[in-house]
Amino acid sequence: MDLLVPILAAAVRSGTPILYATLGEIITEKSGVMNLGIEGVMLVGALTGFGVTYHSASPWLGLAVAFGVGAALCAIHAFLCVTLGVNQVVCGLALTMFGTGASSLVGRSLVGETIEGMRAFPLPGLSEIPLLGPVLFNQDAMVYLSFGLVFLLWFFLLHTRPGLKLRAVGESPIAAAAAGISVPTVRWMATLFGGGLAALGGAYLSVVNSHMWVEQMTSGRGWIAVALVIFGIWHPLRSALGAYLFGGVGALQLRVQAAGTSIPAPLLLMLPYVLTVVVLTGISIRKGKGILLGAPAALGLPFHREDRD
Amino acid sequence: MRKGVLLVLAAALAACFAGSALAFEAIAPEDLKVGWVYIGPVGDGGWTYMHDQGRLAMEEAYPGVTSSIVESVPEGPDSVRVMETFIRNGAKLIFATSFGYMDFVQEVAKKHPDVMFLHCSGFKRAENVGTYFGRMYQARYLSGLVAGSMSKSNVIGFVAAHPIPEVIRGINAFTLGARKANPNVKVKVVWLFSWFDPGKEKEAAKALIDAGSDVIAMHADTGSAPQAAEEAGVYVVGYNNDMSKYAPTKHLTAPVWNWGAYYKHIVGQVTTGTWKADDIWWGLKDGFVDLAPFGADVPQEVRDLVAAERARIIDGSWDVFSGPVRNQKGEVVVPEGTVMTDGEMLSMNWFVEGVEGEIPQ
Repeated sequence: MDLLVPILAAAVRSGTPILYATLGEIITEKSGVMNLGIEGVMLVGALTGFGVTYHSASPWLGLAVAFGVGAALCAIHAFLCVTLGVNQVVCGLALTMFGTGASSLVGRSLVGETIEGMRAFPLPGLSEIPLLGPVLFNQDAMVYLSFGLVFLLWFFLLHTRPGLKLRAVGESPIAAAAAGISVPTVRWMATLFGGGLAALGGAYLSVVNSHMWVEQMTSGRGWIAVALVIFGIWHPLRSALGAYLFGGVGALQLRVQAAGTSIPAPLLLMLPYVLTVVVLTGISIRKGKGILLGAPAALGLPFHREDRD
Repeated sequence: MRKGVLLVLAAALAACFAGSALAFEAIAPEDLKVGWVYIGPVGDGGWTYMHDQGRLAMEEAYPGVTSSIVESVPEGPDSVRVMETFIRNGAKLIFATSFGYMDFVQEVAKKHPDVMFLHCSGFKRAENVGTYFGRMYQARYLSGLVAGSMSKSNVIGFVAAHPIPEVIRGINAFTLGARKANPNVKVKVVWLFSWFDPGKEKEAAKALIDAGSDVIAMHADTGSAPQAAEEAGVYVVGYNNDMSKYAPTKHLTAPVWNWGAYYKHIVGQVTTGTWKADDIWWGLKDGFVDLAPFGADVPQEVRDLVAAERARIIDGSWDVFSGPVRNQKGEVVVPEGTVMTDGEMLSMNWFVEGVEGEIPQ
């Protein structure tokens, strides 16, 4: 128990930035747009969140502006991929490179600075619950917000009409268009929203977690988010579990080392990736047997209203 | 066609001789162009950032000198292209600031005997290639004295980047210092397998604090571990530069780099025509490495202890890895009366007694 609570609490803490980015990417991909620019968008979000908080002393403003800038950045992706129909993989990779470079360039003057940032805020009452309290409710406001978001997006995708429209666009844009849905509008909105959430995940790292800006501070978390979308088979709840699992393994291996046991740390670090491969294998074996809310059929395919193939 | 080739060859040969004849004569600061090849971004807040601070200190001391940098240069053929570009633009002095540039520096240096090269942390030299590094372990030892004195729980946590000799040497020197001040102290090591990842560094520090550490030390590039220490109310020893900004009340000190001392020295030699290829491994004595100012909580007797140890390192009567030094199993590795050679220190891959943790093989 003494060891378990800190590990689980650390799992939630480390999983939250990945969770935001994963949720965003799920929404984007469910509309049929693949955005591999997450890593770059997260970096721009981290820089924006830190910079605005640094100048305004308001972490909430920093997070809000980061969301906006992330969405604006993904407007490039939406314009190129949805409006012009260019290759989504290439465009996404370009976005990652652009975000990495741009954040390094603009962020130069902020290196070595620090901010007050956002601190932990234990929820009165709830944080007293044994085990669950310190793990889930002795965190910061952005963690609580992410709990709500997971359930909100799950409900939105599976139980609302707009959610159904979004999924229809990602499954069969031709059918959706025939039913009177504007495919480009839905895809644009899903891409912008996904970009905003990814940027929020990045801003979590700089504003809430570490209170500093360092170039390339996301260290590949954007790519883990892309992998987690598959790991959770495009489902918000499963992806949340995946995010905490990835975060938890990272926290566990550090604590295993600190406890002085002889389990090799790299072995533990490998585990989540092994699990991802297992899930991918499972998906391809079960392909066509109808996994609930699985991969969108039109993922990565551009849609032109005039094409009737 | 053949005539053309011959002409070019002759011209190249002439240029070579002319070059070597001119080599290493004094270059006026106004005519001197210097290039820096950086492994990371200046904005890493750590290794490359401190090199760049050194470069700026050199610029301040020699206002006429033109210096230029290229960041994030991979340790591969790309570095050749970067150095060739510097030379085409007139650079006569080039600093390559990472180990992996070693063979590429040799390659370019052979082609340009009139250009002076300095390679950080390597061991291959030539007529026009010098090497340099700092004895960071000396400053690490002093910071260990402070950490050992301040620990009440006798457990110190060490957040470490990669299991390579440079980091291991630092942990060992730190531990020797900590145990000199407090023989009961143990140093727990957690590896990050990453040079900079603020989120992970913070989690590692928290894990060490949960495991009973009441002082945190580090070999990583951001101020994230100090932040975690400040939040948890335990002391911290930073690294690279003064990290008191991240832990205003808990920062004890930090072993710091001062590349500027070396860069000024070299540019001074080049502008007076006294430079020759050399291996420079400077330490406390030359101001290459040092300690950041002490935090308010460090008592006077600890400061006195550090001053005394510093004095005997600087006057050369003792160095950190003087025998007897024991390994984790308690076996004597450096017998009494001997001192580890530089070569042995540069390839260190074992922990001294008092370190808890393993070196992944």
